[in-house]
Amino acid sequence: MTDTFEPTIIGFTCNWCSYRAADMAGTARIKYAPNVRLIRLMCSGRLDPTFVLKAFASGADGVLVSGCHPGDCHYVEQNYKAMRRFYLIKRLLAQMGIEPGRIKLLWASAAEGAILANEINKFTEEVRALGPLHWNPTQGIEAPAHAQPLVEVTA
Amino acid sequence: MTSNGKPKFAMYWAASCGGCEIAVLNIHEKILDVDANFEVVFWPVAMDAKYKDVEAMEDGSILLTLFNGAIRNDENEHIAKLLRQKSKILVAFGSCANEGCVPALANLSPVKDLMDTVYTTVSTENPENLRPQPTTTVPEGELYIPTMYPIVRTLDQVVDVDYYMPGCPPESHQIAAVIDLVIQVLQGKAQLPPKGTVIGAGGSTVCDECKRKRDVKHIKEFKRIQHVMIDPELCILEQGVICSGSATRSGCGALCPAAGSPCIGCYGPAEGALDFGARLMTAVSSVIDSNKPEEIERILDGIPDPAGMFYRFNMAGSLLRASRPAWDKK
Repeated sequence: MTDTFEPTIIGFTCNWCSYRAADMAGTARIKYAPNVRLIRLMCSGRLDPTFVLKAFASGADGVLVSGCHPGDCHYVEQNYKAMRRFYLIKRLLAQMGIEPGRIKLLWASAAEGAILANEINKFTEEVRALGPLHWNPTQGIEAPAHAQPLVEVTA
Repeated sequence: MTSNGKPKFAMYWAASCGGCEIAVLNIHEKILDVDANFEVVFWPVAMDAKYKDVEAMEDGSILLTLFNGAIRNDENEHIAKLLRQKSKILVAFGSCANEGCVPALANLSPVKDLMDTVYTTVSTENPENLRPQPTTTVPEGELYIPTMYPIVRTLDQVVDVDYYMPGCPPESHQIAAVIDLVIQVLQGKAQLPPKGTVIGAGGSTVCDECKRKRDVKHIKEFKRIQHVMIDPELCILEQGVICSGSATRSGCGALCPAAGSPCIGCYGPAEGALDFGARLMTAVSSVIDSNKPEEIERILDGIPDPAGMFYRFNMAGSLLRASRPAWDKK
C-alpha cells in the first residue's frame, strides 16, 4: 500500500473503434494505467447521460467517453450525438460541483492503440491531481461513523 | 380519542407548498366519499391535531396516509417516521415526496447560502442581521425550531413507501380515481396494486398524450418561452423551447402543451427512466442541429441553467441528488 491516490475511472468505449484501440494496445503490449475500467458500448451514441451520472454517484472519480473519430462512426453520425451529450453533461456537472477535468471525450480509431493508452495515462494523472470525488450527498445527515459511499469501490 | 369504527385517514405536509392539499379538495363532492368512508384522524391543513395524538395511536392503526412534501428538516423526518409506524399504507403524494420538487432545488446550494439569501439580500430589511436560532430561551422555558439538513431528501430516502403518486400537484381526477379504488378495496370489490406501484398516473410519457404535430427536430437555437410566440399546432420542442414531455410520466393529459406552454416535468421520470434529467438531456442534445463543437457550445448557451432546467422537479430523486458544495464539508 502506498499513499498515492488511485483514482477510479470508468471508460465507455465503442465496439468499433475505441474498444478495438484498447485491444490493439493490448496486442501491442502497450501498458496503460489500470485505473480505467472499460465498458464496451455498441456505439458512443449509446452513451446515456445516466451512465455518467451513475458512475459518479457510485464512486467513480473520473469518466472517459470514447468513440470513433467524427465522420468515421460505424452508425454514420451517432458519435456526433455523443459529442452533443458530452458538452451538455459537462455543463451540468459543473453546476453540480464536479470539475470539468473529471470527464473526458476522446476519439480513437481501431488503429490508435498507442494514442488511447497515452490519453488514458494522461487523464488518469489529471484525475489523480484533482483528488478523490467520493460522491456522498447524505454525509452531513448521518453521523460521520455511518457515512459511507453509496457503492463501495475498491481501487 | 373516540373512534367511529371507520378506517382512519391521515394527510401530512412536510417541505411543500400546500398545493397538494388544494388538489385533494379539488375533487369536489368526492371529498364527501372520503368523509363517508374514512375517519380523518390527522390532517394539519384541514383540522386541528397534535403530534402527541399521533404518537399515542397504535402502530398500523391508520389505514391510509397521503404524505406530501420533501424531507428538509428534523421535524419532517420525525413525522415521516412516525406516520410510517402508524400507517398501514403510506403514499408518497405529489412531486415533493416523490422526487424533491422545487424545494430540492435548494440542493444546489449550501444551507448557509440559503440563509444568507433569505436574511441579508437587498430586498430584506434586517439591519441587525437577526437569524433564527435552533433554540431560544423564554420565561416559560426553551423553544425549539426544526433544524435544517444540508440537503432535501425524498420520502423514500427516509422511510419505506408503499405507493408513489406523482404530480405537482397530482391531478384531481387522478386523486379521485385513487380514492375510488381504495374505497372499492375496502368494500372487497378490488385489490390493491403491488407494493411500490406508481398510482394515479400513466405508464407512458407526456409526449404520448400530447396532441401537437411532431416532425423531425432540428434545433439551431434554444429559446425561452417568453421570447417566442408559440405555434398552436407544432411540437413545442421543435420550436426551440425545451419541453420536458419526452422524459415525463404521463397522467396529466398533457395540459401544459395544450395551453401553449412547455411541459416542465412535474409528473416525474417516465416509467423505466432512472434519472429524469439524463433522459431529458439525451433527447434535447440529440436534436441539436450541429456537428461542430463551437456551434454546439453556442447553441447550448441557450440553456443558461441546465441543472434547474433538467432537474426542476427531480433534484433530490436524481442520481447525484445534490451539488457538491451543498453536502461536502471539506
